[in-house]
Amino acid sequence: MLSFIIRRIALMVPTLLGVAVLTFFLLRVVPGDVVEVKLRSDGASVTQATVQAERVRLGLDRPLVNQFGSWMGGLVTGDLGTSMWTGRPVSQEIGVRLSLTLQVAVMAAIIAVVIAVPLGTLSALFRDTWLDYAVRIFTIAGLAVPSFWLGMLIVLSLLTVFHWSPPVTYTPFWRDPVQNMSQLIWPALAVGYRYAAVVARMVRSSVLEVLREDYIRTARAKGVWESHVVVRHAMRNAMLPAVTVVGLEFAFLIGGLVVTEQVFNLNGIGRLFVEAVTRSDFVLVQALIMFLALVFVVTNLVVDLLYGVLDPRVRPGA
Amino acid sequence: MSATIAGLARSGPGAFGRFARGAGRFARQQPLGTLGLLVILLMAAAALGADLVSPYDPEAADFAAMLAPPSPDHILGTDSFGRDILTRLLFGARTALTIGLASSFLGCAAGGLLGLTAAYWGGRVDMLLQQLVDIILAFPIIVLALVVVALVGRNTVAGIDLNLIAAIAVPIVPRAERVIRAAALGVRAMPYIDAARAGGYGDGYIILRHMAPNVMAPFLVLLSAYVAQAILLEASLSFLGLGVTEPKPAWGLMLSGDSANFYQEAPWMILFPGLAISLAVFAFNLFGDSLRDWLDPKFRT
Amino acid sequence: MSGVTTAEAPPDGNRLGPMASLLAVEELRVDFRTEAGLVRAVDGVSWCVAPGETLALVGESGCGKSVTALAILRLLARPAGRVSAGRVLFAGQDLLVMPEADMRAIRGRDIAMVFQEPMSSLNPIMTIGAQLIEPLRIHLRMTPAAARARAADLLRMVGISDAERRLDQHPHVFSGGMRQRIMIAIALACEPKLIIADEPTTALDVTIQAQILELLRDVSQRLGIALVLITHNLGIVARYADRLAVMYAGRVVEEGSAAAVFAAPRHPYTAGLLRSVPRLDHARSGRLDTIEGLPPNLLHPPPGCRFAPRCFARIPVCESDPALRPIGSDRQAACHRAEEMPGILPPVPVHAIGAPATEGGSLLEVRDLVKRFHVPAPGLFGGRGATVHAVEDVSFSVRRGETLGLVGESGCGKSTVGRLLLRLTDPTSGSILFDGENLATAGPAAMRAMRRRIQVIFQDPYSSLNPRMAVGDTIAEPLRKRLGLGSAATGRRCAELLDQVGLPVSMAERFPHQMSGGQRQRVGIARALAMEPDFIVCDEAVSALDVSVQAQVINLLAELQARLGLSYLFIAHDLAVVRHLSHRVVVMYLGRVMEVAARDALYAEPLHPYTQALLDAVPVPDPAMEATRPRRVLGGELPSPLAPPSGCVFRTRCPCAVDACAEAVPPLREVRPGHLAACIRI
Repeated sequence: MLSFIIRRIALMVPTLLGVAVLTFFLLRVVPGDVVEVKLRSDGASVTQATVQAERVRLGLDRPLVNQFGSWMGGLVTGDLGTSMWTGRPVSQEIGVRLSLTLQVAVMAAIIAVVIAVPLGTLSALFRDTWLDYAVRIFTIAGLAVPSFWLGMLIVLSLLTVFHWSPPVTYTPFWRDPVQNMSQLIWPALAVGYRYAAVVARMVRSSVLEVLREDYIRTARAKGVWESHVVVRHAMRNAMLPAVTVVGLEFAFLIGGLVVTEQVFNLNGIGRLFVEAVTRSDFVLVQALIMFLALVFVVTNLVVDLLYGVLDPRVRPGA
Repeated sequence: MSATIAGLARSGPGAFGRFARGAGRFARQQPLGTLGLLVILLMAAAALGADLVSPYDPEAADFAAMLAPPSPDHILGTDSFGRDILTRLLFGARTALTIGLASSFLGCAAGGLLGLTAAYWGGRVDMLLQQLVDIILAFPIIVLALVVVALVGRNTVAGIDLNLIAAIAVPIVPRAERVIRAAALGVRAMPYIDAARAGGYGDGYIILRHMAPNVMAPFLVLLSAYVAQAILLEASLSFLGLGVTEPKPAWGLMLSGDSANFYQEAPWMILFPGLAISLAVFAFNLFGDSLRDWLDPKFRT
Repeated sequence: MSGVTTAEAPPDGNRLGPMASLLAVEELRVDFRTEAGLVRAVDGVSWCVAPGETLALVGESGCGKSVTALAILRLLARPAGRVSAGRVLFAGQDLLVMPEADMRAIRGRDIAMVFQEPMSSLNPIMTIGAQLIEPLRIHLRMTPAAARARAADLLRMVGISDAERRLDQHPHVFSGGMRQRIMIAIALACEPKLIIADEPTTALDVTIQAQILELLRDVSQRLGIALVLITHNLGIVARYADRLAVMYAGRVVEEGSAAAVFAAPRHPYTAGLLRSVPRLDHARSGRLDTIEGLPPNLLHPPPGCRFAPRCFARIPVCESDPALRPIGSDRQAACHRAEEMPGILPPVPVHAIGAPATEGGSLLEVRDLVKRFHVPAPGLFGGRGATVHAVEDVSFSVRRGETLGLVGESGCGKSTVGRLLLRLTDPTSGSILFDGENLATAGPAAMRAMRRRIQVIFQDPYSSLNPRMAVGDTIAEPLRKRLGLGSAATGRRCAELLDQVGLPVSMAERFPHQMSGGQRQRVGIARALAMEPDFIVCDEAVSALDVSVQAQVINLLAELQARLGLSYLFIAHDLAVVRHLSHRVVVMYLGRVMEVAARDALYAEPLHPYTQALLDAVPVPDPAMEATRPRRVLGGELPSPLAPPSGCVFRTRCPCAVDACAEAVPPLREVRPGHLAACIRI
């Protein structure tokens, strides 16, 4: 089992390497000069001298190979550079905002799983009944409704109906849980709805497919109670692909959060990314892309390992 | 067993007759999907006939009628510039549908071709391609689109931002590649592909003539699913100010900027554009879902 | 609906009376709702089984035999399948109207079922112990400890050693044959009175098939369990069944004891089936007698006798539906002319098939062909990975106008050899000389030219044609693109080819899914012929076809060879079929050649122990003969091609193996003129 884990971790490496390389070169392929663009958008005076001075400050005058070297080296040591915009180390900028985004993501995941698994299963078991149609419409709506719009609607209704708006400043959970939840439950719901929709659809199709399998017929032929057939035989097999989807969508959640954090004025990673792009702070952009990719790859790794625990066919040896 | 029963019960008319019957059967068996299709067609009609339907100019400001609630003059109200919201929605449909269809088609076609190639060659070519796709997939969709937009800027031709289309197509490519590759691997294992190879035909010919038509079903489903995704993505990008920009009408754009400031006083400013986005995505997803359900268990009783 | 039963017949066709039979099916009717309408898959079927007896339900695909079995246990896939009429009496009660809770108690306890596909019939993420224990705890309410002990006993009973350890393993580590044993163990768990086995060995190799069937028979006799064996293989029926019921188009057409039915069939369909099966015990008679035509479309069944359109004995009264009525004391048949049978059967036509063109020189020579696949270890830093020895040192030759049969069970490498000849995959080493040119090392241009002369026909009619191309286009493709014919010439030649394979020209417009399996296979043959090849690789070309259709295609292949002077490499696992078509035969096992001989010599006097075991394992459709054959079942499992045994690869299962067999690979030597074998013990 240990070698299985090590092998899976090893598979991560080329992907991360590739992302690092791609990110590095992507941002140096920009037409026009990155520095010039940045200075111009800052409104500062742009002369050859200032541009050159800025380039030296950022280490952009060095040969490409050296830059790449220090980029890769920095990745390993955790030094992601200094933000062109705020002047603070990137790792600090990320650190401050990470717990907020992470909390919203985890809450959204919990909401999603708690809603989606029972709904998806029931929808599959009672296929083509009104329950199924209702769930299917619910899930397709979840895919259709942009989460940032949903967020806006939530805030709007809170305002007009309850005359209340969520707190603006972030308090960590351990310091004041009520305050924390009253701020973060709403964005969690906004992105969680879509998350739930995706998972529910996966659960539904997975359960339907499993119910068609031969071993379900065998179980019935053995005289197993129908409820046992569903729970013990069908569900356990159906959950395997669902686990994969829960994991993948968790990584995709960041995409939804990028926009939703704007709506709720949350000072999270997503918002940071948008700010960095609009301000052409390429150091920050570069580092954030790397960070987000890392999150994605690690999530995949966790899903793979979990799959290895759940599905004996994937485990090596016997 | 069921296949034999259905097979025994099947008969065969000519090609066009089959298509018409198929369409009729689809309408009967997939009511939700047909509904989605009708909504899509309606939207397309509205988009094409936008200037016929509405008397207002979507971009002209009219400060006298600022922030007006829905009324007979302005059925869906006006925004902070006094522009009629319904008109902007209709013209926005053009943007949404054009960008959605173009990006999805571009992304799915490119991804599909890559997937077919990877599945056909297998071995090292496939492994290499998979690794590349893995790398690109590590970037979240919106991050990738954002980065591309930020990098290449704007390139507007005939009122349509081609670079935006490309930026939205880029993250679609690897996802389409994955799906089509999975389907193509199944086709590749079929004996008729081996028969074609044993017949001495060229590899490119086999890919295009024998493999591609047999992944049409998942390709069509993918296409409709990603039109929905592309519309959402365009809305998100415009919302962030990195997609379509003022004063052009785009649904996502209508939700940002001043709307954010004024929506307490004029909730219709955000209500209707959001509904439009949701409706479009909803319709494409409904249709794509039904297409998949209809094409897939064709031989199951 | 069957016609009126005569007054002498016992009620509802149950000849033993309700008390003597264990299970009695009476006038069962099952309907399926499809897009095109209502299909009556089972239409008034009646049969019964006595305690301890083995009944075979025989028929080709689509006749409704599996549906009947599922209907008995009320396992039909809802909502499509529905029992619309009839009774199923078990121990005096009608199973079809029983409350679901009572039915559930019977399933797995009194009546158990074994399914066809061992690879997918077990839950992949549950241990086999858990799956065995489940019925024990549900029906017998055993404690976990007692259940586990009994589960281990059951495994031992079905011949799985090391039972305690195996209980905690998952299905995927077991082979197909072992999984089927586990399925049988599960069926035996609560000591049922009846086991229904739906094609239990169709997916298994011949030698494993023999093991499983012997196990079933053994268990049935020892424990007094009645067995309903559903199969299309008449040899299995002859060897294992006491009685049989023949089904056609959703009806039972004949019923009686196996000995009686085989000796003198009373229904023309049964007679036709018996005649169209290639048999090991009969002299090779030339053309197989076939049943022309196809089974009826169950959406619109013909009025009157359903077999009449294809029947040689059709008379005007056959326009009314014959009922299943008793003939003599112990049999039933649904035919107006049953009393005249089998006298009215036309004599078996004897067409001599021309002698092989021995004056033709050697067309293909394979020497020391080796193919090894490298299976990489998963991940970057895994071990070296493993090597699959698919084909090792295989040599043979094929003369012009000759058919070389290549026989073996799964994993023997025969399909790989076929693929190597077609250069669909590259050999690891060795040479393939086709008319002097070495295919193994030929470049792309030479290969392209060669590809006109060597063609292929694949096994699965459902996947060997491009579903998106009309049949005419599939045949025209090589004509247009490789032969460069113009469109007029293409059309003409296409029509010629369709005619040559026995299909009407109108078929050219159709798509594969609109055609039957046999028709599709003919299209595949036409496609191969379009190139005007000298040599055709037939990779299990008839294995996926029904018996009556198989005979038609075999006849076609023989006829084409005689007319066009083709050479075939006929790859198959069915020894009787190979015997019918081949001039010489090569027997393979685990990648190596075991024996090479002329056909008659091989079948009359097999030299290699493996060939002998293979021939022993194949049952012959003659109960009288089967009763006198010695029971010699080859034990053991096929070794993994990742780690073939040293020396002779067959030694692990060979009844005559000695220590010396492990030391070196026995060379293929000429024991008699033209008869080679690779064994040191001959």
